[in-house]
Parts: sequence; C-alpha cells; structure tokens
Amino acid sequence: MHEMSLASAIVNTVVKHAGDRKVTLITLKTGGMRQVVVDSLEFYLGFVARDTCCEGAKLEVILVKTRFKCRPCGEEWEPDLPHFRCPNCESADVAIIAGEEFEVDSIEIDEEEAACTAPR
Amino acid sequence: MHRTKVKIVEEALDANNTIARANRSDFDRSGVSVVNLMSAPGAGKTTLLEATLGGLDLRVAVLEGDVQGSADADRIAAMHIPVVQLNTDGGFGGECHLDANMVRSALPAFSLDDLDLLIIENVGNLVCPAEFKVGEDTRAMICSVTEGEEKPLKYPLMFRACELVVINKIDLLEHLDYDLDKLLYNIDAVHPDVPKLLVSAKTGEGVDQFRDWLTQVAAGAPAPA
Repeated sequence: MHEMSLASAIVNTVVKHAGDRKVTLITLKTGGMRQVVVDSLEFYLGFVARDTCCEGAKLEVILVKTRFKCRPCGEEWEPDLPHFRCPNCESADVAIIAGEEFEVDSIEIDEEEAACTAPR
Repeated sequence: MHRTKVKIVEEALDANNTIARANRSDFDRSGVSVVNLMSAPGAGKTTLLEATLGGLDLRVAVLEGDVQGSADADRIAAMHIPVVQLNTDGGFGGECHLDANMVRSALPAFSLDDLDLLIIENVGNLVCPAEFKVGEDTRAMICSVTEGEEKPLKYPLMFRACELVVINKIDLLEHLDYDLDKLLYNIDAVHPDVPKLLVSAKTGEGVDQFRDWLTQVAAGAPAPA
C-alpha cells in the first residue's frame, strides 16, 4: 500500500510539469534508504496513472546507493547495514550524503500525441 | 511525432510536505504541540495513551488513524478526552499511514486554540508513516518486546524518524526469550543516542517518564529532527 501512495505522489508531480502533454517515460531517482519496492511501484503506477497524461508511461528507476559521511573525521562509506556509527572513529555524528532521494528526475513527453483530458 | 526529455528533479513527496508545513503553521498559531505516535500494529499505542493521558495535567486531544473502525477512538473517548477518528480505507483496501492532507481534513473537528497537546496516533505500520510528515513537532515510536530484536535493522527509516523510542510490554520480559541488550544495541546502531524509555503500559512502569516527556513536548521541547 505504501507504493500506491508513492505512485500517486509521482503522478501528481509529473502532471504538474507535463500539463496536458502525453508522458511516455518517467525517470525516478530513489535512494537505498527509501523502502521502495520497484515492482510494486510499477504495478500501482499503472492504476493511478489511468485517465491522466501519465497513462501508459514507462517507469525508469535509478537506484542511488546509500552513502554516509562522518562529520568529525570525514570518513565516507557505503554501509551494508544501516549502522550509523563511523567505522573509523566511532562517532555517532553521521550524515547521510546519498540514499534518501525520492524524486522525479525527468520525463519524456510526446509532443504531438493527443493530450490528456483529465488532470488529477 | 517527436519526444522531448524534460528535466524536473523534484522531490515526489513535496506536495505532502507543503501541506504538512501548513498544518504546522496552524498548530503554531494555536500554540498546540503535536506528537506523531507510530509503531507496528499491536505494539500498544492506544494502551499506552490510556495509561498516560489520565494523569496528564494538560489540555490534550487525540487524532486516531486506522484503516477501519473506531475501536481505538472509543477507548480514548471513554476517558472523556476529545478524539477524532480518521479512517483510511478509501483506496485499495486502505492506506497504511496518515498523510498531511488526511490530518488537515480532520483539524476543523478540534478546537486547537483550547489545546496544549495533540497526539496523532498513526496507523500501525513500521514502513509508511516514517515517509509522510503530517506537521508534527516531534515523533515517538513504540516498539514492544514481543517484536524481534532485529526490528531497528529491518526498519531503519522508522527508527530514525523519531525523537523518542518507547520500549513497551517490559512486564513480559521475564516470560520471553528476549535479548533486550541486543535491541538497545540495534537501536543505537540505527539512531545513535536517541532517547529510549522502558515502559509497561500494563503495570505502569515507566509511564511517568513518558508523561514527563509529553509535558516537555507541550512546553516546547524537544525540537523536531
């Protein structure tokens, strides 16, 4: 059910930018810290995109690897487990420098095909 | 026919965050502090509120989020505490979380100006509520000792998206093969230094500390993450 809400959020974001032009491809960036099941997201996108300019659009997902940085010592690493302690100095002051993304990166628009008529 | 690529780069949950900020402004204007209370189903959110709210010297109200029914809201209403039930069963069998817009739709039912504290009891779920801000000042999550010690590693987003972890049902520890130190270690790995409270909503152990925490929140502390 999580993915249905996320799919709706994607469609709403795309509709805002596409206006009434037909969208053929949605490219999404999602980070390793987000708990997104891509197959499930694609499935729900098929439903929530109906009667919008995203109907029939393909989804392309770019997965962004999680990357942490220790603020005190500057160590950077890609964690296998969500452990927020620096492996170098044990500090808990750790920043997530990549992996929290959930953004519509780009869309591909069909400039000449029939426009969508039912904005969300 | 030709296709054009359009660069967007926009956080897909921006719309939710915008509404969450509007909720937050309304809360701030009314001087009410708001706690988003989250957990897995059955961890004891409502039972903890029942144990806590009676002795709380604050003007408090509760917003109950559930997929269906009003069982939890009925329990809070029985304590003569203002409560509003939000059901999320409009979609494919029901939304698994409250979002900012759902919370916004319920706000007219409260006299926010007459409240010190609003507790939003989210839908029981360890994934989705962590993703959707609703305009809260602070978030608390409950994990109970009948859940596994590995839960923080399996649901890191939830264990990070909170300013307090309440470990509930500690009265059961003596009956369980449960490694509390391992849970504490895993919480610390995912969210170092997050405050933790050991509580039994049933026996009342630790409930005073949770009440103190709520009182501090109502007084304007701690700051949200």
